[in-house]
Amino acid sequence: MDLSYGPEAEAFRKEVRAFLKTAWTPKDVDKAGMKAFVAAFRLKATEAGYLYRSIPKAYGGSEQPSDVIRAQVIREEFARARAPMEVAGNGMNMLVPTLLERGTARQKDLFVRPTMAGDYIWGQGYSEPGTGSDLASVRTRADLVGDKWIINGQKIWTSQGGQATHMFALVRTEPDAGKHDGISYLLIDLNQPGITRRPIRQMTGESGFYEFFFDNAETPADWIVGNRGEGWNVSRTTLKHERASIGSAAVLGNQFEKLVDVAKEVERNGRPAIEDPLIRDMLARIEGWVMAHRYSSYRIMSHAIADEAPGSVSLMMKLVLTEIGHDIARAAQEIIGEDALLEPESAGSKGRGPEKWLDQIMGSLGNSIAGGTTNIQRNIIAERGLGLPRDFPAEHSK
Amino acid sequence: MRFHPDSDQTAIQDTVFGAVQDALPRDKLMAFLDADADLEPDSWRALMELGLAGMMLSEEAGGSGLGLFEAALCAEALGRSAAPGPILGQMLAAYALSQTANTAAREAFLQNVAGGSVVAGLAFGGNGLPESWDVVHEAGRAKGQVRFVASARSAGLFLVGLKGGGLALVEAGDSVSVEPVRSTDRTRKCASVTFRDAPVQILFEGGDPAVQRVIDAALVLIAADALGGAQHCVDLSVAYAQERQQFGQPIAKFQALKHQLANMAMNVEPARALLWYAAYAWDRGLPDASRAAAMAKAHICDRFAEVARDAIAAHGGIGYTWEYGLNIWFRRSVFDKAYLGSPSVHRSRAAGMAGW
Repeated sequence: MDLSYGPEAEAFRKEVRAFLKTAWTPKDVDKAGMKAFVAAFRLKATEAGYLYRSIPKAYGGSEQPSDVIRAQVIREEFARARAPMEVAGNGMNMLVPTLLERGTARQKDLFVRPTMAGDYIWGQGYSEPGTGSDLASVRTRADLVGDKWIINGQKIWTSQGGQATHMFALVRTEPDAGKHDGISYLLIDLNQPGITRRPIRQMTGESGFYEFFFDNAETPADWIVGNRGEGWNVSRTTLKHERASIGSAAVLGNQFEKLVDVAKEVERNGRPAIEDPLIRDMLARIEGWVMAHRYSSYRIMSHAIADEAPGSVSLMMKLVLTEIGHDIARAAQEIIGEDALLEPESAGSKGRGPEKWLDQIMGSLGNSIAGGTTNIQRNIIAERGLGLPRDFPAEHSK
Repeated sequence: MRFHPDSDQTAIQDTVFGAVQDALPRDKLMAFLDADADLEPDSWRALMELGLAGMMLSEEAGGSGLGLFEAALCAEALGRSAAPGPILGQMLAAYALSQTANTAAREAFLQNVAGGSVVAGLAFGGNGLPESWDVVHEAGRAKGQVRFVASARSAGLFLVGLKGGGLALVEAGDSVSVEPVRSTDRTRKCASVTFRDAPVQILFEGGDPAVQRVIDAALVLIAADALGGAQHCVDLSVAYAQERQQFGQPIAKFQALKHQLANMAMNVEPARALLWYAAYAWDRGLPDASRAAAMAKAHICDRFAEVARDAIAAHGGIGYTWEYGLNIWFRRSVFDKAYLGSPSVHRSRAAGMAGW
């Protein structure tokens, strides 16, 4: 057992740190020049082999051999220097890896570079009003007419939907085929007359998601990834490179620290709330889960380094994270007391008091839905982790 | 970086688990529950022959030179198999003897404790923490009572917590009386031990950092026992769900039960890495070792207690019977949660150690 990264990684860390010291100098840049500076920085960091490591050089990546520890060192050092990592979002996380594995040469040429540059922002077109957990029941339809797909239907819960320029979508192209076999994976330009977008106002009052209406929208015939009817499998293409990350553990750790901080700031009976034995017990109870989650992240990373499967614990991480989020929300509600009666200003505004915890108190509910609901997570743990019978045998599990 | 057991470490764990299974078939374990004896000789012998008690001693001291991490993996196997007897106490007594500056005591007892020919009873007292120890020691004699000492009737030696936070050895004899108590956990039958001016050998004075090391190791080993027990509760419940038929199908097909089992697994599997970290931090002497041990004891014993309750519920009527045996692990969960301090006791300590 050894939690250190070893001398090779530490030497690499020095290298990354030296690079950042000369290349990431945001203080010398004015506000107007920041966007160009960040773009230039990302190019340099890619040339140095620190960003876009799993993307081939031909498409503008740095094409580095997969190395979990190096990837982790890069994340840590960039976070420490507050330097930007790769462009975030569905484009880099989901579409590009899918294209690299399943896309045509032309599709890679067309889409990978602009996505990396942040010029193309991708919305995910999976969910529909009648299609949530049962994703393969999508009804949005595309018909090939000449050299175009004609698309009709509705997509919902698209994050970054306001800025999105493009969408990767699961649509039904083979209405006579089976549920899973009738789906294709299409790429769609969102700026066209046949598409209307509308923000969804959430329970928090914010609008982080959009819905899209397709009314004879069009996309070129060759903007299909994989063959007709292969969309379901294409959408399952997984990220294979350097996936193990302790990113969520770091975020959770910060969130827990903030909970401790608010318990120090808020008073009850004229004393800091954190001096109350009940509050201390509540916090330590949550921290037991936080630590279990953190060290499980290390465990998963350790397996990845050894190129071994981590086992059922990896199926539990999302649910554990969600449940801890609920616990933190409950604790925050208890600690801030009457301040919870004050609705916070919008997320970015300064000078917000304890009422800012309302963001977590409500936002944590979103986590139990997005990316697979909590009950679906329990199905996954039961079926794949414990080997219990499936609720709905996948028609496509071959 | 390496943060999961290697094949050698896993093999040690498997060996310990196999040794208990071989030495103690189910009917023998069931018989031991109702027997008067507080030590089961066959499994005890098998484990002592493996060198379990001395595994954390250096090779020069006749041990295996392994760490608390390996010891915790073994304790997990003991918890899974409901191994009877005072094995964790024996491991801790051997470790304490190997660390003492009292060479006379070390030379007199270490070899026999590490080899298992003398049973050592853990007699800390109070709630397990030094502030609560209340056996008084004066002019080389100890006076006082410790309420719960596992396998005390078989013990030839006691590792005693003294008022003021020191640790001492007391040999069984005329000035030590042992009174069995009805024990919830019949795999670890306890007795109340009274010292009446019994001769003591001081191993560590109060405030010696070695005392905290012994306690931290004890907390990690109990957490490990709890993790193994909790794992068994999950495994047994999953197996039973696939076998039990109702409404013409295995109950494992019902989503309500699947989710219950998933929740149970989620209580256990992520806790494993917390246990590993606590053992690792102890082995490396990291600054947060004591806190990690406290958190592991609190969190994992809580998880075991919950999973053991859930396991009975998931089984239905059969789980509530004596015969089926699930109550063995339920009762062990009661022991692990209460022994050496309830979870809230350790959470309170952890809060203090964090500077809250």
